[in-house]
Amino acid sequence: MTGVAVLGVGMHPWGKWGRSFAEYGAHAAREALRDAGLEWSDIGYLAAGITVRNGYPGYVAASTFAQSLGWNGANIASCYAACASGAAALDVARARILAGLCDVALVVGADTTPKGFLAPNTGERTDDPDWLRFRLLGATNPAYFGLYARRRIARYGATERDFARVKVKNSRHGLNNPNARYRKEVTEDEVVASPIVADPLHLLDICATSDGGAAIVLSSLEFARGHGAPSPVRVTAVSTVTPTYPKTVVDLPDFATDSAAAAAPPETAYRASIAAAAYEEAGLGPDDLDVAEVYDLSTALELDWYEDIGLCKEGEAERLLNDGDTTIGGRIPVNPSGGLACFGEAVPAQAIAQVCELTWQLRGTAQGRQVPGATTGLAVNQGLFGHGSAVVATT
Amino acid sequence: MSSMIEGWFAAEPEPHLIGGRCTSCGSYAFPPTAPSCPNPSCSGTELEPVSLSRRGRLWSWTVARYAPPPPYVAADPFVPFALAAVELPEERMVVLGQIHPAADLTGLAVGDEMEVVSGTLPGDDATPIWNWRPA
Repeated sequence: MTGVAVLGVGMHPWGKWGRSFAEYGAHAAREALRDAGLEWSDIGYLAAGITVRNGYPGYVAASTFAQSLGWNGANIASCYAACASGAAALDVARARILAGLCDVALVVGADTTPKGFLAPNTGERTDDPDWLRFRLLGATNPAYFGLYARRRIARYGATERDFARVKVKNSRHGLNNPNARYRKEVTEDEVVASPIVADPLHLLDICATSDGGAAIVLSSLEFARGHGAPSPVRVTAVSTVTPTYPKTVVDLPDFATDSAAAAAPPETAYRASIAAAAYEEAGLGPDDLDVAEVYDLSTALELDWYEDIGLCKEGEAERLLNDGDTTIGGRIPVNPSGGLACFGEAVPAQAIAQVCELTWQLRGTAQGRQVPGATTGLAVNQGLFGHGSAVVATT
Repeated sequence: MSSMIEGWFAAEPEPHLIGGRCTSCGSYAFPPTAPSCPNPSCSGTELEPVSLSRRGRLWSWTVARYAPPPPYVAADPFVPFALAAVELPEERMVVLGQIHPAADLTGLAVGDEMEVVSGTLPGDDATPIWNWRPA
């Protein structure tokens, strides 16, 4: 057996609760510790995803959580990698365990977010591309999602109804998830009748921003055995790869892609390379998956992910969706948690929440949304500034 | 305000984007602010400013129906605007820009030919910026 053990997982439900991110993080951490059957005093290492929306305490998130739980002398690291921040923290903790520097570690991410569009930092930040894309172009995150969605329509004949059916599926998946923010069935008609934000995407095609917190207790396999968990869910791969030049898709917060004038584009485009690296490390491929959690920032993006993680060939994602393959009960259920469609995004917590869901699925305890017999799962995301992550979990 | 994108765009003699081109390998970059060649297999450190192709093919486009948050300076009341991603043939890169507000979007389709025209920075009519328009 390889990898590290997931001894415990826990979350603070997603929503708009109006409390501090430290509170959500500490709550999730206590839940994960309780799930693991451990005390905070047993933890020698804490890695956390940074939030950039909560001032200095957010930049030193690991320290903030450690203080919230009560200083216990643990070593800490705070990581920022946009949407992949939680996975970056997970990877640091995993490496620490695999290096033999600690037996057990806690990984935490939590956020509070304002209503509406995510916005750049304030000030006259004329050398910051994230500030400039708003100032010069008004290019919000959904604007980029709209560009990708229309591209899908033009290339593959996707329709707004296809996109809407992603939301319908995810809304059903998340109905019984106690940590999901939106637990209401949504119809195709409701999606296409909702206001257009960045056409062809409607309001209900685009994920909201949420408060939330998620935590994982990781340990060495040896520690897990000694702790009465001889066959835990294991993390067998974590990928946090950056793009390979030239990147040919215009990603947030870019004004332009790289130029392929003097260098041929890589065989595997960036989003696909994120999962490919995790498959390679885990020694498996898309055919081995029973369940996947993908980053559905928009409904159309979920369809892109089907192809990028190898569930089908390019242009076949709509068929996969419409055949019911990615619905619970289908060949390879995607986003049984309900995905971002039911959660909304709490940036530094989201990649951790994805692994929490995989853990419940692989334990067979995802009540009301269980993928029958799941033993191997993949979680993927992509964020701005060349960040992304993929995690493989297996029993 | 004008210094913000100085060296990115020129309205004369014809409106054109200005990119950086590596003097060693010929890779382009936009905006022309990269400190050295972005191509990892090139050790070039000098990017020369060059005019980019004035025309390209529409990679995709969208219309923003809600006002972006600051620092975008939105008209009040807000007027929806379109964004285009245009693929430049020679540079083999895709560049974003707003579509000129006077452009007719009827029938606009991915793959259409687009050209760079002069527009103004949102909220600052005195500062020229690049816009895309169906050619």
